[in-house]
Amino acid sequence: MPGTGTVYRWELFKLRHQKRTYLGLGAAIVVPILFVLAIHFRHHGPQHGGDFAFSSYLDRSGLAVPLVLLLFGAVWMFPLITALVAGDIFASEDHNGTLKTILTRSLERWQIFAGKALAAATYAVVAILLSGTVAVVAGSVQSGFNSLQSLSGTIVTAPKATELVYVSLLVYLIPIATIVCIGLLLSSVTRNSAAAVVGTLMVSLLFQLVGILPGLSGLQPYLLSTQFNAWQGLLRTPIDWAPIIRAVWVCLLYAVPAIGAAFLVFIRRDVAGG
Amino acid sequence: MSTGPASSQATAASDEGPPPLEVRGLVKRYGELTAVAGVDITVRAGDVYGYLGPNGAGKTTSLRMMLGLIRPTEGSVRVFGRDPLQSVAALEGVAGFVEAPTFYPYLSARRNLEMLAAYDGHGASQRIDEALDTVELSGRAKDRVGGYSHGMRQRLGIAASLLRDPKLLLLDEPATGLDPAGMRDMRLLIRRLADQGMTVVLSSHLLAEVEDVCNRVAIVRSGRIVYEGEIAALKRGAAGASYRLETTDDERALAICQAQPGIADTHLNEHGRILFTADEAAVAGLSQALVEAGALIHALAPQTVTLEDLFFSFTEGDAGLAPGADAGEPEPAAHATEATT
Repeated sequence: MPGTGTVYRWELFKLRHQKRTYLGLGAAIVVPILFVLAIHFRHHGPQHGGDFAFSSYLDRSGLAVPLVLLLFGAVWMFPLITALVAGDIFASEDHNGTLKTILTRSLERWQIFAGKALAAATYAVVAILLSGTVAVVAGSVQSGFNSLQSLSGTIVTAPKATELVYVSLLVYLIPIATIVCIGLLLSSVTRNSAAAVVGTLMVSLLFQLVGILPGLSGLQPYLLSTQFNAWQGLLRTPIDWAPIIRAVWVCLLYAVPAIGAAFLVFIRRDVAGG
Repeated sequence: MSTGPASSQATAASDEGPPPLEVRGLVKRYGELTAVAGVDITVRAGDVYGYLGPNGAGKTTSLRMMLGLIRPTEGSVRVFGRDPLQSVAALEGVAGFVEAPTFYPYLSARRNLEMLAAYDGHGASQRIDEALDTVELSGRAKDRVGGYSHGMRQRLGIAASLLRDPKLLLLDEPATGLDPAGMRDMRLLIRRLADQGMTVVLSSHLLAEVEDVCNRVAIVRSGRIVYEGEIAALKRGAAGASYRLETTDDERALAICQAQPGIADTHLNEHGRILFTADEAAVAGLSQALVEAGALIHALAPQTVTLEDLFFSFTEGDAGLAPGADAGEPEPAAHATEATT
């Protein structure tokens, strides 16, 4: 019997045949490589001391590369890659006019919604783990597979640091999952791929903007942009779980209404066009 | 292969169980705009049912409601007695497309059908090759749909519908945009499917197509049904009432017609021929009177009307009633109502 799993498998199949998928995954691969190349060529130019977390370790351990990428790409790069699919996954059906084609088969709307949402989330997971892996490999080629200094100043062995890098990526996926939900909402509401992709990125950037406005520092812990840095708690000794736990519930506060609204819009909408 | 409209199927169809499609009081409003203003139709098993109307009459909106894609503002749709808004399970045995059939342009025709078959279950994937053969697309099945012509997409739309092994097929303008050969092929395909026992609802404004393949018809105007019933009865009602007369002495014949009981609307057409309306008994009486008066008859024939004539009489002007429409064969579901815009 067809079900959510059927939709999920075919959505992944469709993603494999769309250019935007490779645009996002290409960026997830190329950006770490460019970053490592920049480190490489920096050796031949004037030296600038880094003043951000792990910057001083970029030359000593390739494992610092994915973490620095997370720091810099947190609010725009990975949300953009995520939005490329999440913002498109419903809107493209409207664009192609295929919603009426799939909604008159033997699957309930909720099954189609669930399959699509899972596929968008899967793409985000793949993109971030792929980017992290490329960063680890390219960084290790450039600077070696060496131990890393945690944010508390303790030295972490290379295998342990690798584990922490991947767990950090998983923690980073918590706010990214929220971005997926926002992308799905904008995709189903706007029915326009470009508007949904740009809108999703704008939401992410707006949170960051709100965070730097004077007088609103009290809101900082509850902003989505803050949760993008929750993974840093893993790189302290002992591990600081507070920002991670906060990221979970704060992200749920944003994600649940977003996915709920997206669901209701999709379930109730009249398919008068696509 | 059938050579004419599918009237025989309708009469041969089983009366058991709920009808394939029953629509009652269907209304759809978008704010101030009323797209569908109270549609009532009943499609019987075996019908090839034409759903006729000019552009903007509400045909596609009605079809979308029949397929559960749009929620009606008022009224109900039942397909085989089930409500398509309650669950897609209600659409079991139902297939079709509204407006142009649509597919994923970056996938091949076969991949598109494989996906839709997976969404259908019930062994639909086993029917892919047969469906492609039926619409004569087997040779192009590996090509991406993005490169397909309009006609090929229309045929692929039929193939996608056939995967569901439908008993009721809803087709919205399937021949629109096709070249003459494509239209002929589509007509033959629909006939072939009807011959296999499928009930077909065919929304169209191509009147020759409908007249050729359909046995029953609903004519919609401004969101309202202005006629529902057998095409043959509709034509018989209109044609039976109107006659053309040529005699050796038309002047005298005209006077006789005007004086003869049961003869009405006597007038000359642009070619100077006498036209009148009458029932068969009155025509017999007229023949005798003409002979007795020495006006020998060259021709006395019922006027042939096409569905197109009737369609325009229903859908143009203020009256919205075809000549002789209410003289059509009475049947419980058939009715002609005054159109209001």
